[in-house]
Amino acid sequence: MEITTPLSEKVIEQLRAGDKVSITGTIYVGRDAAHKRMVAALDAGDPLPFDPEGQIIYYMGPAPAKPGDPIGSAGPTTSYRMDPYAPRMMEAGLKGMIGKGNRSMPVREAMQKYKAVYFGAIGGAGALIAKSIRRAEVVAYDDLGAEALRRLEVEDFPAIVVNDIYGGDAYQDGLEEYSRE
Amino acid sequence: MREIHTDQITDAVARLCIESNYYLGQDVLDALHKAREVEVSPVGREVLDQILENAGIADKQQMPLCQDCGLTVVFMELGQDVHLEGGDLNEAISAGVRQGYQDGYLRKSMVEHPFSSRTNTKDNTPPVIHTTIVPGDQLRLIVAPKGGGSENMSQLAMLKPADGREGVIRFVVDAVRKAGANPCPPIIIGVGVGGSAEKTMWLAKHALLREVGQASPDPEVAELEADILERVNRIGIGPQGFGGLTTALAVHAETFPCHIASLPVAVNIQCHSARHKEAIL
Repeated sequence: MEITTPLSEKVIEQLRAGDKVSITGTIYVGRDAAHKRMVAALDAGDPLPFDPEGQIIYYMGPAPAKPGDPIGSAGPTTSYRMDPYAPRMMEAGLKGMIGKGNRSMPVREAMQKYKAVYFGAIGGAGALIAKSIRRAEVVAYDDLGAEALRRLEVEDFPAIVVNDIYGGDAYQDGLEEYSRE
Repeated sequence: MREIHTDQITDAVARLCIESNYYLGQDVLDALHKAREVEVSPVGREVLDQILENAGIADKQQMPLCQDCGLTVVFMELGQDVHLEGGDLNEAISAGVRQGYQDGYLRKSMVEHPFSSRTNTKDNTPPVIHTTIVPGDQLRLIVAPKGGGSENMSQLAMLKPADGREGVIRFVVDAVRKAGANPCPPIIIGVGVGGSAEKTMWLAKHALLREVGQASPDPEVAELEADILERVNRIGIGPQGFGGLTTALAVHAETFPCHIASLPVAVNIQCHSARHKEAIL
């Protein structure tokens, strides 16, 4: 399924765990340190460096771009480290997260409550994923280096819906189908 | 006695940092191709195809396989008949890391003050260096960048001797189950059994340097590896956790004698981007 950002409620309602998607448009990039600062800003009542309404955050810290390239290798990082921050971001309007690995129950419940989706990208396929990134720029927290908050323009970014708004979980489905224990 | 200049060490480390991050070993590629043939999950097969395609792109475009270019782990086997000329040995290795990560457009992932400011050191130093003094007049350097996602899934247990072989297997299988999709499966599982707490952790990491799928030369350990692999691949996690038969490509175990009261077991999980390159000076 081809989807564009920002995510509309109609699209979010159609997505089911296990669906393969191809994402085109603007997405934001932030990981551990950027999330810590964003949630601190929310707690202090300060504005975020970008309006999260309807947006997707990609948990990623890229390798440096070689001259002429928009970005270096750019695969997902493990998402559970952002679990302490994710519900606050969804409360602020965030509708999508891209990462890899399992999310906590509070995050999955928040996804149902705030109608947000969690996509899995292929961990360790950073060189392949970089081909779908057309443009990259630092939006804030430049001092964090690889952990700075970035804005990307992506075209046909490949991902799989891991958690949908109905409580579906592609990892759980996979285990149930292939467990031989 | 043979003299080796520390500048040679810096040059070798810089080169190995870049090569290990750009080029996946043929053993890993072969193991991934083999997994692709036996995997029954359609999504799992697709993931394996993309992992192989990624390795091709990294190789051709001379870019890192993964944006996480790792904490730089250096195993150094120093011949006791070598005399080192030049500067400080540890600084020579750090200089190589600094140069390799800069010249190779590799991500710098090290932060200092780990529980407070977590400030990036901006050159991926310091490396973690494990030195062994060995007979001979050569210096063997192995650079093994280790990604945070898989390293975070490490486990250590001080089992009771009564837990025995089955206790060891159960602990490793549970560690993999808990890790789930997090460490980027298909994984390679490094297992240490015996020694002390820190020694067994070292064994688990050192075991990852072996060619993928090569069994331990000790038949008893080789059998343990095969049994763990069989059990792990029954869990069903599969490539990237979307379900399948290929959760692990291999299990590599190393053992060491231990205290009468102890049965230490360590698990060090390696993602499919199993990177290490070596040089002998």
